[in-house]
Amino acid sequence: MTKCLDPVILNLWHPIGAIAEAVPGGVQDTVLLEERLSFALNADGEPVVWRSRPDVQGPDRVPAADRLPARSTYGYVWTSLGSPPAELFPIPEYEEPDRRKLNAATFGVNVSAPRAIENFLDMGHFPYVHTDILGVEPHTEVKEYDVEISVDRDEILATRCRFFQPMASTASDGGADVDYVYRVPHPYCSVLYKSSPVDEARRDVIAVFLQPVDQEHVRAHMLLCVLDEDNEDKVIKRFQQTIFGQDKPILENQVPKRLPLDPRAETPIRADKSAIAYRRWLSQKGITYGVIPVAA
Amino acid sequence: MLEEARSRWHPIAATHDLQFRHVFHGQLLGREFAVWRADDGYVNIWENRCLHRGVRLSIGINDGRELKCQYHGWRYSNRTAGCTYIPAHPADAPARTITNRTFPAIERYGLVWSSEEPRGEVPDVAALAEGKLLALRGIPVNAPADKVVERLKAYRFQPNAAIGGEGAETIVEAAQDFAVALHSRDGGAETHGVFFVQPVDSNRSVIRGVLDQEAEGAARLAILRHHNERLSKLRDEVEREAASAPAPTPIEPVYERVSAELAEMPEVTTHGRKAALRVSVARKWQTADGIAGFELRPIKGILPTFQPGAHIDVHMPNGEIRQYSITNGPGETDSFIIGVKLERDSKGGSKCMHETVREGDVLAISEPRNNFPLRRDSIKTLFVAGGIGITPLLAMAQALKNQELTHELHYFAQGEEHLAFADRLKYLGDALKPHLGLSPDATGAELRQILADYRNGMHLYICGPGPMLEAARKIAADQGWPDTAVHFEYFKNTNKIDDSSSFEVALARSCVTLQVPAGKTIMQVMRESGIDVPSSCEQGACGTCVATVIEGEPDHQDVYLNDAERKAGTKIMTCVSRAKSARLVLDI
Repeated sequence: MTKCLDPVILNLWHPIGAIAEAVPGGVQDTVLLEERLSFALNADGEPVVWRSRPDVQGPDRVPAADRLPARSTYGYVWTSLGSPPAELFPIPEYEEPDRRKLNAATFGVNVSAPRAIENFLDMGHFPYVHTDILGVEPHTEVKEYDVEISVDRDEILATRCRFFQPMASTASDGGADVDYVYRVPHPYCSVLYKSSPVDEARRDVIAVFLQPVDQEHVRAHMLLCVLDEDNEDKVIKRFQQTIFGQDKPILENQVPKRLPLDPRAETPIRADKSAIAYRRWLSQKGITYGVIPVAA
Repeated sequence: MLEEARSRWHPIAATHDLQFRHVFHGQLLGREFAVWRADDGYVNIWENRCLHRGVRLSIGINDGRELKCQYHGWRYSNRTAGCTYIPAHPADAPARTITNRTFPAIERYGLVWSSEEPRGEVPDVAALAEGKLLALRGIPVNAPADKVVERLKAYRFQPNAAIGGEGAETIVEAAQDFAVALHSRDGGAETHGVFFVQPVDSNRSVIRGVLDQEAEGAARLAILRHHNERLSKLRDEVEREAASAPAPTPIEPVYERVSAELAEMPEVTTHGRKAALRVSVARKWQTADGIAGFELRPIKGILPTFQPGAHIDVHMPNGEIRQYSITNGPGETDSFIIGVKLERDSKGGSKCMHETVREGDVLAISEPRNNFPLRRDSIKTLFVAGGIGITPLLAMAQALKNQELTHELHYFAQGEEHLAFADRLKYLGDALKPHLGLSPDATGAELRQILADYRNGMHLYICGPGPMLEAARKIAADQGWPDTAVHFEYFKNTNKIDDSSSFEVALARSCVTLQVPAGKTIMQVMRESGIDVPSSCEQGACGTCVATVIEGEPDHQDVYLNDAERKAGTKIMTCVSRAKSARLVLDI
């Protein structure tokens, strides 16, 4: 497989690991866009990222030529193989002091990043893949919702999404419609807002940041930013890990693994409005990595 | 070479791989298949990806009649591979043309054969007379097929009757690109063995051996073990050889594109009142007093996919056209079963079916259309059938029964002898509730009881004679059933059609304006201008000719739309309904 030649993807910020899981002084090796990278936190707790080389064993003596842009945002180390923008997309809720912020999990998945994003945006699979948790038969309908591509923020926004969830809140034993809002502010990242079971006026925030290892493999980093004062970290994490564990075998059985952008490659239905918008948005950006572009 | 290989038949599985309700992952020349046997015995070989999001169908669920995708629960029918249900949109009938790519399947020599673009027949192997054969375990080999065939020419084995011996003489009787026929003799014992090589990919193969003699018990095990050991050894040798050569590039499968219509979200339009299919009457029988059952089989090929609630137009020998619901359960796709009641004042439709049409006759029918789709997201579904109104509801009840969704079928009839399709009713078990010999008043009382406990999420489907249908709709409304939960289908429109108005119709997409004079329908005027309009009953009952109203006030004269839809004024049946305003703008 050839290494990434897609300028849009090369110039993005990409997540490569959770700060909370970095061992002080320890070097972690990973792969981003088929390049071997290493990263570590320096004495000030700032991330340092470099192209791996056997003679560099720590963050202090990395030759300038091998050093890569680095930032610490939303609890992760981010880097880029090109010239990244000054800022990463905003998640204002992350700054709210009463929220719990956790890396729920980092999962390796044998699929392209765009296939994983589409799955994150999809509600129709809840009764089949997340049975009795996020959905249950016979409540299978995906009701009409709205999708827009915001030109000034350059992101996809799906609103008025509702889906029937069994045990929707701890307060009632029956199921009910739960509200969702989805954002895709980055080709390989998506942010979900979901009705909070503890505060009617606010929403829990769950984000997935995909680290493209290559065109057909990702590491999925799951950020939680939720209103929950009762449960232990491991309980909150376990719930998301269960959900993700159910998605993984489906994602790994999608053929082809790269996302086809030709509108005639697969059969969309109205429930797939957000996915259709996402595919168009990737096409308009001219993205070629992790997708099968429309034949010229 | 690849083109040649694609046109050949190859074994892709052993018959014993297709276990009850299992989906087998087959492979041939870089392409994957989902291979499954329906309960009626039919072997389906499909492209191994759901047309929706590309998920492998080999991880799907074979329920004996349909294959269900794991990701979004889309259901695909046995034989036709057509999609019959999309759970995300329970109120819509899926576009008929969402059909998976299928490949031919033939079972022979204990193996399942297929081909991408078959020319000719499955190879006829003289050494393997049909009947008592023994198919060996398939041996996967990481090597190109031609290298495996070369090695197989030197394969040595003991005949079945001397399996424990040594030193049998094995000779090559015939060798081809993908098969080697061997003969082994040891004294008086001899066995023919044919070893087919399935080209899985450019560098992967499966050896599928078949012996000309069966064996039982311990002898059979000894034979299987003998070949397993020797073929495994052969595999090691050929893999060592293949590993020393550069691996050939894997074969890239080419996926067909879906049709342009399906790639767009708007609904597909169906065209005309056409009878594209020819069927023969395979069976005609009296299924109840005054009701004839007909089994219609395709003259050639397979029938198109149908959904529960769908009907077909039957074009009769006397020139009449009538609509009949398909009563089949899911996955029953080898024939259509319809029921025809002899009407006392028949104008030639049911009379012709009862008196003129015989077994063996050829009839022209339309493709199935579904204007009475079944939701499957109901917490409980009630079906209320009156007399021959059982036919669409019977198909629906069988679909829910197959998916184990809660339902009741209330079947009103004059007496036991009037209950049609006893075998299908029996399949429904306790869900069937017959109500026999009731007067109109007693029927009303019974319906009030049946429809008493409406809860949010329930759905009601009614089909039967006009007066009973009216009564059931009224009772449902009185007892709190919203319009959106009550679905119905009339046999015919008994309203007196008033066609005295004249008005203008503008067709927005076609950019034409037409004058509809008194005495002509919108549909007739459109057809005279060369605009193709789909239709079926042409009397405002079936819903096929529905059009969207963009502007103007419709004068509804049909029995298809419910009260809420009539009030909304956004749909019109162009075969009978007209305009109250001087001008209508339609989305056509």
